[in-house]
Amino acid sequence: MLAYILRSLMQGLVVMIAVAFIAFSMFRFVGDPVVNMLGQEATLQDRAELTERLGLNDPVPLQFARFVADAAQGDFGISYRQGRKVSSLILERLPATVELAVLSAIFAFVVGIAFGVYAAIRRDGWIANLVMSISLIGVSLPTFLIGIGLIYIFAVELRWLPSFGRGDTVKIGWWTTGLLTVSGLKSLVLPVLTLGFLQLTLIMRLVRSEMLEVMRADFIRFARARGIPERKIEFRHALRNTMIPVITIAGVQLGGVIAFAIVTETVFQWPGLGALFVNAVQFVDVPVMSAYLLFVAFVFVLTSLLVDIVYVALDPRLRGSALVPAK
Amino acid sequence: MKPRNLALAAALFGVSVLALGAAEAKPVKWASAGDALTIDPHGQNEGLTTTVNQHMYESLTERDHAGKLHPLLASSWKVLPDDPTTWEFKLQEGVKFHDGTPFTADDVVFSYERAMQPTSDFKGYLTSVEKVSKVDDLTVRIKTKGPNPLLVNNTSAIRILSKAWAEKNNATKAQDFKNKEENYAVRNANGTGPFILVSREADVKTVMKRNDNYWAKAKVPLEITELTYVPIKQDATRIAALLSGEVDLVQDVPVQDIARLKSQPKVRVTTGPENRTIFFGMDVASKDLKGDNVEGKNPFADKRVRQAMNAALNRSAIQRVVMRGESIPTGVILPPFANGWTKELDAAPATDVAKAKALLTEAGYPNGFSVTLHCPNDRYINDEGICQAAVGMFGQIGVKVNLVSQSKSIHFNLIQKNPPETEFYLVGWGVPTFDSDYVFSYMYHSRTGSQGSWNATGYADKDVDAQIQSLSKEIDIAKRDATIAQIWAKMKDETIYLPIHHQTLSYGMNSTLDVPVDVQNQPKLKMVSFKGS
Repeated sequence: MLAYILRSLMQGLVVMIAVAFIAFSMFRFVGDPVVNMLGQEATLQDRAELTERLGLNDPVPLQFARFVADAAQGDFGISYRQGRKVSSLILERLPATVELAVLSAIFAFVVGIAFGVYAAIRRDGWIANLVMSISLIGVSLPTFLIGIGLIYIFAVELRWLPSFGRGDTVKIGWWTTGLLTVSGLKSLVLPVLTLGFLQLTLIMRLVRSEMLEVMRADFIRFARARGIPERKIEFRHALRNTMIPVITIAGVQLGGVIAFAIVTETVFQWPGLGALFVNAVQFVDVPVMSAYLLFVAFVFVLTSLLVDIVYVALDPRLRGSALVPAK
Repeated sequence: MKPRNLALAAALFGVSVLALGAAEAKPVKWASAGDALTIDPHGQNEGLTTTVNQHMYESLTERDHAGKLHPLLASSWKVLPDDPTTWEFKLQEGVKFHDGTPFTADDVVFSYERAMQPTSDFKGYLTSVEKVSKVDDLTVRIKTKGPNPLLVNNTSAIRILSKAWAEKNNATKAQDFKNKEENYAVRNANGTGPFILVSREADVKTVMKRNDNYWAKAKVPLEITELTYVPIKQDATRIAALLSGEVDLVQDVPVQDIARLKSQPKVRVTTGPENRTIFFGMDVASKDLKGDNVEGKNPFADKRVRQAMNAALNRSAIQRVVMRGESIPTGVILPPFANGWTKELDAAPATDVAKAKALLTEAGYPNGFSVTLHCPNDRYINDEGICQAAVGMFGQIGVKVNLVSQSKSIHFNLIQKNPPETEFYLVGWGVPTFDSDYVFSYMYHSRTGSQGSWNATGYADKDVDAQIQSLSKEIDIAKRDATIAQIWAKMKDETIYLPIHHQTLSYGMNSTLDVPVDVQNQPKLKMVSFKGS
């Protein structure tokens, strides 16, 4: 098992370096940071000087080597946009994104499974049909529209919840949390619903179809024949067998939610990593963009590794198989 | 006046004083799409950064919302009678920084020298300055390299920070982006302004509280107790926050929301011209355009073609359809409040397709030609929409335009490259010095040395260059104005740019506020007084 994890981590490192390099060679197409960094009064000479000072005239491989060498020492440079250390910017923004992502994943997971199971058991009931239709909306409506719609209902018309921001936060060490204040919790509701909605509908539809499949399996029929109560069959036997693919999907999606909460964060002016990245792209803030993409690659490597481990733990059939090297 | 009337008058006066007192001081939350990039007063010469910073840091002079120059930290100024290259500024007495230290000439000298350093983004305003020196605690002299009759116009851009504070915190230089360390002044402030920094979280909020010891307290209402700036990037969210009462002032109302906001009872919308003109530029100098279908010739090199393009542009249609009425069509790339502007120059040329076609035929392009237009899509109000509308209008005279719309970071790079990588482009220009010279030296002067950095048309005329250069040295104002008029007359005929309109701005606010649109889009919120709602 340990050897497997180590091997995955090594592969992950290669993935991260590859991502960083691809990202790096793309930056030149985003634009020229110097245009944004100097005011309109800047002369041609000012621009040439700043470009030279930042080393932007050097060939891309050289710039990349410099970036990797600095990054290996934990130095991601200073933001062109804000003049602050990139590493501290990312650490500052991380709590907002993690809280949002984890809460919306929990929301999507719990509600998605509950509705999914219900829709599978009462597949012809009108509530099940209604839930299924609503889930279609979730799949087809863009996150952006859902967010704006929620803001208009709950912030502008009803005035129950704030339309933007994180509310008051409490500092615990370097971590800031919105979970301990009323305004922080209120601010979380709409972004969590928005970000979780798509995941919720996906999980729900997956659970329903898996469950329907499992319910047709032989062992369920035998269980029925043995006279085991229906409730017990559904929740003990069927649901457990449904969970394996659901957990895999949900795990991979958690990585996606952390990395790409960009739209939700922009709609709600949520001060997380996604919003940081959007601003960085617009300004061509190369140090922030590179560090962020590296971070995203890291999150994906980590979550897919965790999912692999959980997968093996959940499904006894996989133990000792090709996934884990033989002893 | 009889005693009884006097008593009545006194009573009435008392009532009105009470009524004034009742318009209570309140906190204000204010939003726009972006955030200040830094609060270092010399770090970034960018509109919004200045807008936020000016509430904490002040300059020798300031411009009111209409663009008129007033004394601020300097009480008066003059050019020395015996030396036209030296300006003398008398400073206000009794001014204190937020940390309580007195403001003196040393701080002014220090701040000007800081603004002139290579890492400062404001050095462009002070290129003509040779030396800044202290005469006594309340007198400063600025010596220029040659006579500079307009130096005082630039002083409103240079903000003053405390010398002792900057030295103590190792912030004597503006942010250097090559440095690995953050500059203390990026997130901390110590100015003389009406608001004191409480906290700053970039991209989240900047909180300032009222400076109760503000030196000019008697001259301004200063009714806002706490001023919070929040960036809200999404238009829809920003407007929602205004409607829900979470923010009190929105500095950039999208044109499509103006009508809806005006119909809301508790919202006020103010509209006014911004110090910014939007126009097209054309490459008039290249031998052959790369993006056209004419071989071996540059159609834009022919003045008749440029004039035809100018006549094809239907400015009122752009105003009506693209800008929903919120713009001022124009015939000159100079905003109305700048020195040198006249009604005649500003008159938008009439749209005349027949005349445009005749001009094209005369120039040898009876069937028109094709050309590539570069346009930003995230810089000016409806910039991409303007270009799309113009493509259709040029099409009417047979000029087929391929439109390339891109982010400003890419677009401006095309214009600023040397040689430029665009032959036909949209750009906007504001005039922070409020004088035509600023437009001439960036837009019409040939690209040489520090001049003409935004002139991507390739236009170069020795006589015009000489005339432009004479403006910065001419002390006789009447003579100078005459030269400005001459240059404009010639430039209007040359038509190297196609002016479209002056951009207008709309602020949306809670109806207890009345903030007029600031021509530089830098509202000064110390001027706000609350109205009974």
